[in-house]
Amino acid sequence: MRRRCEITPAIDVVNVSKVYRRFARQRQFATLKSALLKGSLIRDLQPDETFPALRGVSFQVPKGCTYGVIGRNGSGKSTLLKCVAGISRPSSGSITVNGRVSALIELGAGFHPEISGRENVFINGIMLGLSKKEVERRFDEIVEFAELQDFIDAPVKTYSSGMYMRLGFAVAIHVDPEVLLVDEVLAVGDQGFTLKCLDKFAEFRRKNKTILLVTHSLDLVEKFCDQALWLDKGQTRAEGESKRVVASYIIDVEKSEEQELAKAESARLAATASKTAAVAAAAEDVPSDPVTTGDAPTDMFKATEGRWGTREIEIMAVSLQGPDGQTGHVFHHGDAIRVSMTVRAHQPNKDFVFGLGIFNADGVCCYGTNTYLEEYQPDEFTGQGQVTFAVDSLQLVEGTYRLDVAAHKLDGYPYDYHRLLYTFRIKSRTKDVGIYRPAHRWEFSPGIRFKAPDAPRTF
Amino acid sequence: MWHNLVALPRYRGLIQTLVVRDLKARYRGSVLGFFWSFINPLLLLLIYNFVFSTVMPGVRPADLEPYALFMFCGILPWTWFSSSLLESSSTLLSGGNLIKKVLFPAEVLPIVTVLANMAHFFLGLPILVGFLVYYQRPLDPVELLWFPVIVLVQFVLTIGLALLLSALTVHFRDLKDLLGNLLTLWFFATPIIYPISQAPDYMRWAMNLNPMTHLAISYQEVLFYVGPHGHWRWLMSLALLAVMTFLLGYFVFDRLRDSFAEEV
Repeated sequence: MRRRCEITPAIDVVNVSKVYRRFARQRQFATLKSALLKGSLIRDLQPDETFPALRGVSFQVPKGCTYGVIGRNGSGKSTLLKCVAGISRPSSGSITVNGRVSALIELGAGFHPEISGRENVFINGIMLGLSKKEVERRFDEIVEFAELQDFIDAPVKTYSSGMYMRLGFAVAIHVDPEVLLVDEVLAVGDQGFTLKCLDKFAEFRRKNKTILLVTHSLDLVEKFCDQALWLDKGQTRAEGESKRVVASYIIDVEKSEEQELAKAESARLAATASKTAAVAAAAEDVPSDPVTTGDAPTDMFKATEGRWGTREIEIMAVSLQGPDGQTGHVFHHGDAIRVSMTVRAHQPNKDFVFGLGIFNADGVCCYGTNTYLEEYQPDEFTGQGQVTFAVDSLQLVEGTYRLDVAAHKLDGYPYDYHRLLYTFRIKSRTKDVGIYRPAHRWEFSPGIRFKAPDAPRTF
Repeated sequence: MWHNLVALPRYRGLIQTLVVRDLKARYRGSVLGFFWSFINPLLLLLIYNFVFSTVMPGVRPADLEPYALFMFCGILPWTWFSSSLLESSSTLLSGGNLIKKVLFPAEVLPIVTVLANMAHFFLGLPILVGFLVYYQRPLDPVELLWFPVIVLVQFVLTIGLALLLSALTVHFRDLKDLLGNLLTLWFFATPIIYPISQAPDYMRWAMNLNPMTHLAISYQEVLFYVGPHGHWRWLMSLALLAVMTFLLGYFVFDRLRDSFAEEV
């Protein structure tokens, strides 16, 4: 049930930029005295370096609309919210907000620890723009919402952080704003409180009030917001229907995760290569026991990343391909995935096994197998070739995984063992947990009914 | 600036609430509570009286009796003045949460500081009255009409300085420490524990430049000395200066306002 937003804008942001000033190190410790002595008082108040937090951001939030702002850390979301709230002023551009604003940026920011919750409610309410009478009228409702009936006369310093936040939220929400600005406050507090906040937001929506929501919770944006804005390094990357914006944001996040993983992996491989080269050079004079060449671990289950073996068969390269055949590191749950090894036998070889293991971030082996276990009897391997481990549907829960790949003799004598050198990440819409997701479905007898899901559920 | 200045009266409800909060919170948890507002100036007076009557009895002028009352006329307003400035220099920093996280008119904070200290000043007045009664001092009711005028002048002057200081301290944190020492010097440069007549002639012009001199003399004229209030011309010029200080303070505050959210 997506409601239609009205035409009149509640928030109108036109070409807003915000430049933060940065002062060089020695300036930071500048004193009035030194400034006066050097006669540089005016100059010291000038910044010598600037940092643009927002660059030409424009958007409109129609009245009655719930509007999400997403983006990575440091993308300027909170700065934008502060500018809309009027707490800080944009360096250029204009912001118009129609109607009373309440900003949930930090809950209970104005509480004084020494005085009672009751007095703090009044002071906080007045700070947020209510008159004393208005607070009086809403007082009982506020206390009830915060569930603090028994403690309202105790000084706020005796409150737990949860009580503190509940009271702060209760006051801010009862200011009864036409425009509510929310900055990630839902991230704090227990689940019950979060649900209560969401209920309150839903009530706001029903009353046709405007909400501007800054959050990292993409689920919330998708479920809750009519429209969304994606900020990236202070600039608008996408704006419009929330599902579409979230989708393109997710794609971008995965892309950068992909780059990050690829970079980390190549760094790890380079480190291992130089280490094994050094060990190989040192071991050249004494070719005694090839098994211990490199750092073969004594306990296979505790081993850290590394590479060892005699290299009679060498694993030249390993790559992962997603369903589109593209090499990558980030996949979705249920994707068809291929792990390809480029291998070379330096001499024709008749005793070989190829194996693979998948480990999760805790180092637990999720799955391990090899060609010998699956009863492939080696015949002969000459020259160079490809070994591919293909999965039609990779049923792993969301997380980051590491790969072992190996080539060894039937008796375990290692040719080339790559331990935890390759990384991939699985993304999932379902936040289920564990190390294994069996293909499954739920069945219910007719007396048990659920509301119709937004999208068909297939796992 | 004018726009913001005109909007200031709108915050009187907020200012009032915050002053009450300040007063309530200050002595919360102490045994004597509000009585400290009476006891603090009394103790200070006892210390000075001890020093000048017992430790160094020769220093004080002989004809200034009762000396304790004379000092009290100056110490009470001075305490208001100096603690207002000292506290307002840190009020924006300690109220940083409000400035950064809530849409909050920042000038309210130094104004609240000055007002809360003014409340303490008023709470100290009964002690002064007690002294006057004890020494059976004659008070001219017409002359007493000057008293609110003097308080008003001091109020405007203090707010102006408080606005200026609070805004500048955000950028120059060491102003706070500097101010502590400056206020000590300022105290001794003001005729509070000695009469202006005792100051050397060649210093007279410098003391006349000190606005607190004229406030202290005015309080003494009204409350201590018998005879008409002869200092009113000075007081009126000081009133003009106070208004100018207020406008300057507000101007600087307003100019730096946008930087507070980033700097505190």
